[in-house]
This record gives sequence, C-alpha cells and structure tokens, in this order.
Amino acid sequence: MNHHIEFEIKPPPRIARLNVDELWRYRDLFLTMAWRDFSVRYKQTALGVLWAVFQPLITMLIFTFIFNRVAKVESGDGTPYPIFVYFGLIVWQYFAGTLSKASESMVVNQAMIQKVYFPRVILPAASAITSFADMCFSGVILMGMLIYYHQAIVLTRLLVLPILLITLMLCSMGIGLFLSALNVKYRDVRHALPFLIQTAMYCTPVVYPAQVFNGYPIAKELMLWLNPVSGIITNLRTALLSQAGTNWASVGICLLASIIYFEIGLNYFKSTEKFFSDVI
Amino acid sequence: MSVPKPVIEVVGLGKRFRIREGSENYLTLRDQIAGFASGALTSRRNERDFWALRDVSFTVSEGEAVGIIGRNGSGKSTLLKILSQITPPTEGHIRMRGRVASLLEVGTGFHPELSGRENIFLNGSILGMKRREIQSKFDEIVSFSELGAFLDTPVKRYSSGMYVKLAFSVAAHLDPEILIVDEVLAVGDRAFQKRCLGKMGEVTRGGRTVIFVSHDIEAVMAFCTAGVHLRNGRTVALGKIDECIHSYIAPLEERANCDDIQRHRSGLGIEARIMHCRATKNASIGFTSEEPVRLQVGCRVTSALPPLRIAITIHNQRGRPLATAFTQTCEMYPGDQLITLCVELPPGQLGPGTYFVSLQLGTGNQYGDRYEYDIVSEATAITIRPDSIDKPNRLNWFNSGWGDLMTLRAELTSDPSSVIPSQSN
Repeated sequence: MNHHIEFEIKPPPRIARLNVDELWRYRDLFLTMAWRDFSVRYKQTALGVLWAVFQPLITMLIFTFIFNRVAKVESGDGTPYPIFVYFGLIVWQYFAGTLSKASESMVVNQAMIQKVYFPRVILPAASAITSFADMCFSGVILMGMLIYYHQAIVLTRLLVLPILLITLMLCSMGIGLFLSALNVKYRDVRHALPFLIQTAMYCTPVVYPAQVFNGYPIAKELMLWLNPVSGIITNLRTALLSQAGTNWASVGICLLASIIYFEIGLNYFKSTEKFFSDVI
Repeated sequence: MSVPKPVIEVVGLGKRFRIREGSENYLTLRDQIAGFASGALTSRRNERDFWALRDVSFTVSEGEAVGIIGRNGSGKSTLLKILSQITPPTEGHIRMRGRVASLLEVGTGFHPELSGRENIFLNGSILGMKRREIQSKFDEIVSFSELGAFLDTPVKRYSSGMYVKLAFSVAAHLDPEILIVDEVLAVGDRAFQKRCLGKMGEVTRGGRTVIFVSHDIEAVMAFCTAGVHLRNGRTVALGKIDECIHSYIAPLEERANCDDIQRHRSGLGIEARIMHCRATKNASIGFTSEEPVRLQVGCRVTSALPPLRIAITIHNQRGRPLATAFTQTCEMYPGDQLITLCVELPPGQLGPGTYFVSLQLGTGNQYGDRYEYDIVSEATAITIRPDSIDKPNRLNWFNSGWGDLMTLRAELTSDPSSVIPSQSN
C-alpha cells in the first residue's frame, strides 16, 4: 500500500497561510463546484444564459434615459453614453456579483462545511467564476455596441486589458474572501451588503466619468487609493473607448491596492476558516 | 523489514468548546460593537469551557476496522470531525498515513436542481474522487444504484429512497486507504443496506482501514475488530471490540439491583417486590441467537398472594416497548425470604441488538384481569449478538413465525432449592 500521503492533524496556528499544494490537489473539486454554481443558476429558466446579458442591458437602457437624457450626465470624452455606462456596468456587476456570491458561499454550503473537509477557499473562489462568466457573456454585447457606434479600437492599447482584469479579480476576490469569512461569524453582513454595494456604486465612476472629481483633489486621491475598482473602470474605458494613452501610474496604484486587499482578505479567511464548522 | 507503522496515531487529543451563556444563537456585528462600547473586558465573563474530548490516544493498524462507541454526547462525533479534519483539535495530534475519505453523511453537496448523473460527479468530487476516477467507475455506480432510467432526472424529483440509493452508490465506490464512516448506514431499505454493508465488508477485507462511529451496537459488532469506548469525552475502554462493547453494555446489564429503582406509582412493590434481575449468560457479551435468553429474577413476597406470573416487556434502545410476554403462574410462599425465579425467552425471538427489559409481577394475562403487585421499568438490558456480517439485523426464522416481530413467549420456572432464606442474603 502506498504511504506517500502522510499528514498530521494538530491544533492550528493563529495565522495560517494558503497551502498551494493542497489547493492544486483539490483542483477537480474547484472546477466541479464552479460548474455546479454556473449550471444551477440557469436551470429551469426560460431564458437561461440570456439572463446574464439582460440584466446589464436593461440597466444600461434605464441609466441612459435617466442619467444621460434626463439628468444630462455625459461621458466626458465624447464616447456615446450607452456604451460608456454599459462598460462601467458590466465591470461593476462582476465586482458586486463576486462580493455577494462569495460572501454567501459559506452559509449556502453550510452542510458541506460541516460534513466534509476540503480547502474552504474553493467555495468563494468557485462562486466568483459565475460572475466572471456573466461578464464574458455581457462582453459579447459590448463588442456589438462597439461595432454599432463605430468605435475605433487601438490594438496596442488593449495590452493593458489583462493586467486590469487580473487587478479586478484580485480586488474582488480579496474583499469577497474577507466578507465570506465575516459572514460566517456575523450574520448581519448579508443584510448590510446590498446596501453597501449600492452605496459603493455611486462612489465609483460607473454612471459618471471620473473627471467630475477634478475639482475635489482629496476625493480624487481617496478614490484612487481606496477604491481600486474606480481606477480599473476608468483605465478600462480609456483603453477601449478613448483616444488617450494609458495612465500607467494609475494602473500601478490600482494593482498595488488590489494586491493589498487580496492579501488582507485571504489572510483573514485562512486564519478564521478552521473554526467555520464550529461557528456556522 | 521494519515493523509497519500504524495507519492512524492519535495522541493526547482534546477539543475545547467555549459555551456562551445566553440565548443568542448567532453573533451579530451589532452586539459586538455594543460589547466593545460597554467595555471589552466584560465580554469573556459569561463564557465557560467545555471539553468535548480530552486525553484521547489510540493507534489503528492497517486493515483494522475500529468501532467508536459511546452514548450520545460522549464525544464520538467530535472525534469523527477531528479525524475528518472538519474541525481542528485544541490539543494533541493525529498522524495519518494514507488517503482518507470520510463519510459523515450520504449525499453531501447533492444539489436538488441537478440530475442524477451530474450529482454523481458532484458528490464524488466532494468526497475526494478525481474526475477521471468517477468517470471510470460511473457505470458501476449507476448499476449499483439501480437508477439507470432516472439518470437525467433532477434529483429533486427523486423519492427519498432513490436519493439515498444514489448517494450510497457513490459512497460505496470510494476507494480510500482509510475510510471514516458515521452511522449513515441506518437509512435506505433493508436489502440495499445489506448490499452496502457487504460492500463495506469488502473494503475491510481488502486491507483497508475503517473507522466506524455508532451507538448502534449490532452494526459495530457486525464488522469491527477493534474498538474505542468513549464516555464524557474520555476513553473508557480500548482494544478488542468485545472488551469495548462489554464496557459499554456492562453498566446497563449489571443494573441488577431492582430494589432501588423508583417505582412509578405508590402501592407497587409492597406485598410482592422484585429485588434483582440479572441475565444469566455464558459469554461476556450478550446471547447468541441460538440460545435462550435467561433472566434470574429475585422476588420477595410478604403476604399470602395467589400464584403470580411475570410479564416481561422488551424495549428498544430508545425506550419504545416492542413486545410483552406473560409467563405461566407460579406459587409464591410468603415469608422473609428471597425467591429466585428463572424467566426464559426461547431462542430466535429477538433480532440482534441491545434491548431494555421491564418486569411486572402480578396476576392476569394479555386477555385481562391484570393486577400488578410490582412493576420495574428497565430492570436490566440484554444483548443479542449478530451471527455474522452477512445477516447483521435479521431474525433467524427457524420456527413458524414470519413478519417483523415474533409473538413473544416466556417461560417461568421456580426451583424450590433456589429459595434462599433472607437471613443468609
């Protein structure tokens, strides 16, 4: 019999680190869970995956009418407002979706946590995949809109896209992990979260351009450092929709802030996960 | 060649829980903030420690089937959760050598919206199987479950029996070196249960190690070779399964003194009183299904009474009465003496398991005219051993009965030589 697998169960250290080897061994479970979350979402629905596209699309139409036509908010650089707000929305919905799904993932899978061992990180991580897939589907509509509005795309400027997407994932996952661990202990997280997400959206340049803060330097600095999503959306728009060059300093700050968020979230999660099954 | 190392080594294991005195089930951020505001120092005051497990040490060698037994609240589940890495220990450590799978529940992670096919993959990977492994065993799992026709139906439309069958079929095809099982076997229909037990038997015979947790003695007796008996979080007995079961049952069986048991109404046990009751058996644990269950009952009769009979009621472990048998009557001569009677249940009437026995001393029978002089509830406990793994919970119907329970018969004998004058008692 093979005895290469030998391990010890002992009282956990106060601060735990991510066990990458173990996570790799459980990659099948991660994929299965991601696939489960995704396929369950659109089971027994008439429109199926189309729902992923509908939500930002309808929101875009309403926002265009209210903010652009009624309240006269403009994109600031001549980009048509619908495409401007739609792009902001799909990025925001990825962020908001990851946060809310990750934070719920522990409580929803409570039964599993109490009955089987596996690296708990898999649950929030797998639930985030669904939001990512949603964003990809919505991206197809974005392509259509780019063609419809005859937007020129500069290919060299798209090189920054992967960096920004990774930054977005790190930031969302970090906050998501933090909230999911917090939600195990304090059940008021799930009541507070929808409200917080709503508030945060209006503090982020989703429906308006970042330039509105030009007259308020402190608010602008705070936004840049504390809210990486704001910088990510702005830089993504620049890369895809505008003629201006990439602001590398801003991209760098976003990445740094996101890495810090991710580190904090992951460490908090890893250090509290051992008591999940006792507390949940 | 070196001596093979034990597959599982548990050393000084302990688990502490903080019990919060108070009513709230969940912590809320609001309370926590309010707590800080009113002084963080007071927050620990209404907490107390509870050790669910303390100083537990044992080793398991390759191929052993270990039964962990104990009453509810003895720490079995906590030990199981630590072994399965679901919750960490507070002290001590465990060293495991081999691939572990734990089965604390069947159908963990089953999603009602997904089809049977999808759930096989889902549940399989939750239990630690690789995707390729599930694929290669898929046909086997499906044929074991007998649900081939319903594979593409969402599990939410399954009957509960089908659900359990599917869940079991996945679990039965786990192929770990160390298998940790909770008393999940208590579900499903009999025939299916038997197949699962058979499959698990194959697992142990194949040199794998099994840890089985249960308070169901018959199941433990049926397939464990070694045992750990826990009481209040501590090890009471360790080693051979017979010794552990003995230590678990003995306090129940040796409740011989009936004089001290509280009668449930006044007037009982005055003219005639049951003084003690003891199972007279040959082996240290229980009766085999082929031998009669013999109970020695000591009575004291103080006034002149008509001939008395004993009614014996068999209860299951939860206290539910299963059957009552009335003996023929026997002349009782009053006097300050202990009369020893022998109550015998002919063999083959009870299935394997542990039962509680209540005794009634009086006149009359199931057809009427009953008058009880004394009633002792749960006077003692008796255990019937299973014959083998293959028939863990069957009665052996060598006589005419057929059904769930045989008509219970009991016979009473009184040997004049067994009358012991009270003075010598």
